[in-house]
Order: sequence, then C-alpha cells, then structure tokens
Amino acid sequence: MKKNLLGKTIFVAVVVLAFAFGIIGIPKSWDGKGLAASIQSRIHLGLDLKGGTHLILQVVVNEAVKSESDRVIERLKDELRRANIVYAEIRLPNEKDEPELIEIAGVPPESSGELRRVVADMLPDWDMLSGAENRWTLRMKPQALAQLKERSVQQAIETIRSRVDSLGVSEPVIQEHGLGQYQILVQLPGVDDPARVKDIMQSTALLEIRQSLGGPYGSEQEAMAANGGILPADAVLMRGATSARREGGPQEEWYLISRASAVAGQELRDSRPTRDEYGRPAVNFTLTGEGGRRFYAFTSAHVGDSLAVVLDNRVVEVARIEEPIRDQGRITGSFTDQQTQDLSLKLRSGALPASIQYREERTVGPSLGADSIKDGVKAAIIGLVAVMIFMLLYYHWAGINANVGLLLNLVILLGFLGLSGATLTLPGIAGVILTVGMGVDSNVLIFERIREELRSGKTPPSAVDQGFARAWLTIVDTHVTTIVSAAILFIFGTGPVRGFAVTLTFGLLANLFTAVFVSRVIFDSVLQRKERGAALSI
Amino acid sequence: MELFRNANYDFLGRKWLFMGGSAILLLVGLVSMGVRAGSWRVWEGVPLGVDFKGGTLVYVKFAHAPNEDQIRADMQEAGLANARIQRYGQPANNEVIISLEQKATSEEALDQGKVAIIQALSKNIPAGKLDLNNTGVQVLEERLLARDPLRAGSDAATRYAEVARDIAAYRDQERGGVLRSVEELRGHVDAAVLPVLQEEFFVSDFGVRNVEIVGAQVGAQLRRQAVLATLYALAGMLIYIAVRFEPVYGSAAVLAVFHDTLITIGAFSLANKEISLTVIAAILTLVGYSMNDTIVIFDRVRENLKLMRRVALAEVVNKSINQTLSRTILTSGLTFLTVLSLYLFGGEVLNGFSFALVVGILVGTYSTFGIAGPLVVLYYERKGSREGRGPVPVTADSKREREKIRAKA
Repeated sequence: MKKNLLGKTIFVAVVVLAFAFGIIGIPKSWDGKGLAASIQSRIHLGLDLKGGTHLILQVVVNEAVKSESDRVIERLKDELRRANIVYAEIRLPNEKDEPELIEIAGVPPESSGELRRVVADMLPDWDMLSGAENRWTLRMKPQALAQLKERSVQQAIETIRSRVDSLGVSEPVIQEHGLGQYQILVQLPGVDDPARVKDIMQSTALLEIRQSLGGPYGSEQEAMAANGGILPADAVLMRGATSARREGGPQEEWYLISRASAVAGQELRDSRPTRDEYGRPAVNFTLTGEGGRRFYAFTSAHVGDSLAVVLDNRVVEVARIEEPIRDQGRITGSFTDQQTQDLSLKLRSGALPASIQYREERTVGPSLGADSIKDGVKAAIIGLVAVMIFMLLYYHWAGINANVGLLLNLVILLGFLGLSGATLTLPGIAGVILTVGMGVDSNVLIFERIREELRSGKTPPSAVDQGFARAWLTIVDTHVTTIVSAAILFIFGTGPVRGFAVTLTFGLLANLFTAVFVSRVIFDSVLQRKERGAALSI
Repeated sequence: MELFRNANYDFLGRKWLFMGGSAILLLVGLVSMGVRAGSWRVWEGVPLGVDFKGGTLVYVKFAHAPNEDQIRADMQEAGLANARIQRYGQPANNEVIISLEQKATSEEALDQGKVAIIQALSKNIPAGKLDLNNTGVQVLEERLLARDPLRAGSDAATRYAEVARDIAAYRDQERGGVLRSVEELRGHVDAAVLPVLQEEFFVSDFGVRNVEIVGAQVGAQLRRQAVLATLYALAGMLIYIAVRFEPVYGSAAVLAVFHDTLITIGAFSLANKEISLTVIAAILTLVGYSMNDTIVIFDRVRENLKLMRRVALAEVVNKSINQTLSRTILTSGLTFLTVLSLYLFGGEVLNGFSFALVVGILVGTYSTFGIAGPLVVLYYERKGSREGRGPVPVTADSKREREKIRAKA
C-alpha cells in the first residue's frame, strides 16, 4: 500500500490535470479575462443558460409524397397514351391523408393485362391493387414511401442549414428530432429576434417561370368572365404577389398562367440581390446548363409573348419576352433591399421539398440567460461553501479530505463537459447538484464508518481500512442504482432529461474516483506521516 | 462534533404514525389536485406548465412597477380574455409572466399568441419608430446602416454590427433588458449615433425576456415521454435492488419514491406553481436522492441481518435506521443546505426547480425511515413469518462473510 502511494499520487495528479485542461484548455493569457474567455469557449452552455432560440419544426412530408404522386400521374398519362390504353380518370382519391394512393378508373377489362405490364415496367416502387368496377389503385410500396419521407426531411434539413448559415448565426444546431416524427430541431444561439429567421426558414421559395396567358384582372370573377367562364385545361388562375403590398386598399391582381413551368427552382444555379436600371432593388438569377438550354428554347419559341415569374404560387412579375434569353434573368418588383436579400438567399438555398410547421419555440433573452447563470452560480457557491465549512467543523482534518474530493469532483465533471463537447443546461445543473449531494454522502458514509471502527477500539490504520471496506459496498450500490437510472433516462428521455442524465452519470463516475480513491490516498499519506498510535482527526 | 452517538429511537414502533402522516400528506395533495381539476379525476389537476400542456408563455420585464389590472384590461381588449397574468420574482424587478393556453387546433399558428400579447402591450407607438427594448440586434443594425450616421463608408456593415451589439449588450446586461429612455444610451454610443436612435426608435416600458411556445400535440408527447422515461428508470432501479437485495426491498424502495414524487407534485398544486421540464429534472433528482438514502439503510439492514441472527426483523431495521441516522441527517442536512441556497438565491428561473428539491429532500429523507423500512417489515409480518423476520439469502459467500464478521467481533 505505502509503496504505491507515490505512484497513486502521481496518477491522481495526472487525472486532475487532464480534466483541468478540459476546462481551461491552454488560455491565451493567464489573467482573469483570458481564463474566463478560455473557459467560455470550452464549456458549451445550453440555450436556456446562454440565450437564443430553440425551434421544433414539423416537415409536412405528405406534401412531398403528393408532389411525387402528381409527377407519377403525369408520366402515367403519357405512357398510357403511348400504349393506346384508354382511361376515364387518374386521380388522388385522398390527397390529404393518403397521397401515396393513385386511382385509375375506366380502363376497359381487356386492357387490364397491358395496364399491369406498363405499371410494372414504369413504376417498380408501386404496387397495383385491383378494385371494383374497373378501378385500379396504385399504392407506393411502404419501403419506398418511408424512403421518400426520410429523404424529404433530410432535404429540408439541408435547405434550412444553408439558409441559416447565410444568416451568420454562430454554431447553429440543425438536426432531425425524434424518431419517425419527421421533425427538425433548430437551435440558434444568440438569436433574440426569431421572427425574421422563421420567415426565411419557412417559405418554400419555389421559383418557376411560366407562360402568362392573360391578365392582370381585378378579381377572380373578372378573370373567369374574360375567359368565357371556362379556363383552358392547361392554365390556372394565379394571384399576383404585389397586390397585397400595393398602397391604397386591397386591390387584387389575377393572371392566367400556364400549368406547366418552363423552368423550375431546381434549375437555378445562383441568385443575388442587385438593382435594376431605375435603381430599384431586384434579384438576379442564373440557371444551370440544362435549365438554360430549356429556357432558351422556351423564350425562342415565345418571343412577343408574356412570361410570368412565379414564386410559391404567386405571380411576382410579368414581362414581355423581347428576345431569347439564355441563362440569366432578373426579378423586379416593389421590393425593399431587405426583401431582395432575403429572396435571393431563399432562392440560392433551394426549395423546401415540403412546407414546414412550427411545433415549439423557446426564446430565452440573453439578459435572462445571463441572469440565471449569475444567480445559479451564486447560489451554488453559497451552498458549496456552506457544505464545506460544515464538513470542516464536523470532521476536522478529515473534512479537508472530503472538501478536496468535492472540488476535484467538480473539476473532473466540468472537464468532462469540456472534453466531450457536451452541453451544460439547467437540468444538467440539477445533475451536478445530485452529484455534489452524493459526493458528500460517500464521504459521510466512509467517515461515519471510520468513527464507528475507532469507537470500537481499532487503531487508526485499521479503522481507515475497515471504514473504506465497509462503506465501499454501500457506495457501489447507491452509485450503480443511480447510474442505471441515468442510463435509462438518457436512452428514453429527450433534451432536458438527457442533459440531466449526462452530468449525473459523469458526476457519479468522478465521485467513485474522488470520494473513494483520492480520499484513500490522502488518508494514507496522512497516516504515513503520523507516528504509530497517534489519533486521527475525524 | 458528533450528532447522534448511539441513537436509539423507536422508528418502527411509530410506523403507523408515519404511515398515517404520509396518508394525510398524500390526501392533501390529491384533494388540492382534485379541486384544481374540479372532478374526481385528480390527475387532470396536476399543475402542468406550458411544456406539457401546450400554450404560450411570455416573460415581460417592465421599466416601472407593472399595473396588473391594466395589463389584464389590455389583454382583454386584444381579445385575450383567458390570459393569465402573474407577478414573479422580487417586486423590484417588475417582472410578469403572461400565459395563454394553447387551443388544440392552432398548432399551425403557433406564433399568434406571442404576437397578440406583445401587440396588446405595445400601445401608443409613435408612427414609423421601432421599439428599442424589443428589437433584435440585426434589425437595429439594419436601421443604423440605412441612416449611416457615422459616415462609415466601406466597413459600414461591420461598424454598425458592432454598435448594434454594444447597444443590445448594454440594454441586456447593464439594464436587465429594459431601457427607460433612449437618453440612457448617452455616453455608451457614439455621439453621432444618438440623434439617429432618437429619430428612429422609441422605448416602450417593457422588454420581453423569454418566450415559450409549445404546441398542444408536442406537450402531450413530452408528457408521455417524461412519464415513460421516469417509469423505465424506476423499473431499472427496482430490478437492480431486487437482484442485489430481495424483490420486496426493491418494491418498498420504489413505493417510497412514488410516495415522495406524489407528495412533491401535491405540494406544487398547493403552492400554485407549475410543473415545467426543469421541474421534471428536479423530480428525477429527488428520485435518485431518495433511492440513494433508502439503499444506504437497506444495506445496513442486510449487514445487520447477518450479524443478528436471532433478532426480530423490526428490531434489526430499527437498529439499522438508528445506526445510519447520523449519516442520514448529515447528508440530507447538507444537501438541503445546497438546495435551500438555490431556492433563496438561485433566481426566478430556478425557482420551480429548487422548490421541488427543497420539498423533495425533506420528504425523501423522511420516507426512507418512515415508509421504506416499515414497508419491508410489514411485508414480512403480514407474510406470517413467525419471528417476523424475512428469510435472509444465505449463500456460501455470505456465510463466510458472517463468520469473518463474528470472528472479528
């Protein structure tokens, strides 16, 4: 035992230094300011302590499924026409809840074999179920459906990330939240004005260039009347985006727009804010090679016609095509500088595959976060000092032993947070408190046992020996029970519960080291210095 | 210094007193929740906060002492008749929580409540001006950039970003989130900036410090998850204790922890405080703490059972409680000291959290000797074991251990 004492002391010193490094790293300067800055950069504080915005978004995955089904319907119509199969109708029977269902009606019985063959060739990801009266139902295979939904969540995450990144928020967290919920967690430290961020994140920003067939009309009715009450099959009525902004009342603007788009957002390569020839804010965009070729073909064929820039199903601008355009375009409108910046940002970062809804928002103002840290730290220090004074009064010199253990425990715990990059949250602080409580408890258990042994007439060395041996079992039981529960909480719990579980688990592991191992080393070195038979201060 | 030297209190003799006391505490909590729920379904009376119910919570700090009646009237005028207005923290801080319950259908329009509350509070806004107390750094920066009072030239963006950050930092850190006038910034910003600030901004008499909005669906989901995680954790503890001791010890310990949790929740209902996510963390803390306390005593019981073969279980348990009494009081006392300081000095955000711990540690300590120990004894007495003591698992290992202990004694 005594022979190893030096080795053990060195071991303790190395461990403590390693974790102390975890807390402060190598600071640029060793004065108070440098140290504080260094600690701040290593210990990550949760938003509840630092201030910032925490959002949970729901991706409406059914929208992505629906647009996939729409695409499939278009292709299917083409394919059936080519194969000379007649049909009465192809539609989504329940587009809101089950957009993965497509219904084909009115195919004559003699073509059913042919229909089967076409579907099997063209749509390997779909199952074909027969229904009554020449009705056929196509259903996306569950695996393909799950993949599509998951892909749209991932795409939404990427899109949101690029949008948030360009906002210049430091260290944003953007990740999938929960299993199979299609939710996204977004944490934006330091953002105290979430409205604008939310606005940018939420809009789908689907840019399309379509042909404008008529308008503007003052109202929907007027537009219908101008077209003889029946719209052409390949056209839709669309509201103008500028009408809401126009001063002097809610004057509406409607356009007749082609159903098919000449170019869509996916073909956009770049976009940036600019000014038009009158110095008004505008947005420039550049198309990809393929998109540019198609745009050129479209504009060549439609010189003299009107072209509509459609953003999220609203007409932003209508312009006459003067000459074929290759791959550059400009969107003007009554924008402010801020709006053109936001719009080009949204266009650059691509379209969201489906819209998103907000489920949860927590914004902690930086003043409140700072306040709660200040109060919390003050309270923790007062509590800790009170405990340490009491331990000294109650256990005399052995109290120092306990206090050293307690402080080292905190060093190791915080060092772990620094080394692992885990985040300290308010519930995490609860874990620290329980750790301190159990740290004190371990010492009390050992010391009380040593006292008992001394009372029964043992010599100090054997009383220390016995005290540690007897208390060890109890300490293991209490610690293992608590670590078991913490592990379970970590697995099944969400954010705050997890924060609690992490600090608790590490605090308790640290405690096994400080309260038992370190404490023993200190006792042994004290005993070693004492003369045989001298009393132990406990 | 020493607390209980050779303590010998008759804890087990008073077991009915303890059980009765606990029953009363439980009942008081349940009745309080029943009254809250307005029916026999007491669980509906658990005072859940926004986290678990869905709703909007806005923490507002006022520049002057807030007039609650006025706020209430403002809210009603804005059509928010169901808004709850609550003072919190020290009166000098002028802080108020305004909360709205979430209607299950408005999941999509999550923001509306917040926006409505803030609009109801911002009356008499000078046209075209922005509220300096409720403006984010970015908007502040944009406004300054547009006016360019410093004639900053090419590095304008960085210059104004810095000025905006300084202003926000002064407001948030020095003034606690609320400026009383734009004039207050004199000396803290460049003299050229101040007139522009006065032209572009005004100060309202409030600042929003914290916003929590949770959809009802999310709330229900969180509630289920928190309860499940806690139950799983308890099950894990039960299994571990059952293996290390005996199943009845595990059950008794878990029952005691349930008892503590229920009483703490009852206390929240009585004190009219809401249970939030952080309170759940506190309850988990007390579960761990109370369990720890119980295991220490059970451990002693196990040890004593091996030493005192011919003594009735009740007496062994009583002796064990007395032997560990010093430790129980010491540990609990010291932990109580820590959480009390958290409750008293820890600020408003930690209030619910530390309240749960203050109550929980008292109850958790008491349940250790008042409930968990007696439950084990009651079980074996009921089981009809003649000597009133349970079968001690005798393994080769424990036999040897016992011999060793005897030889030493």
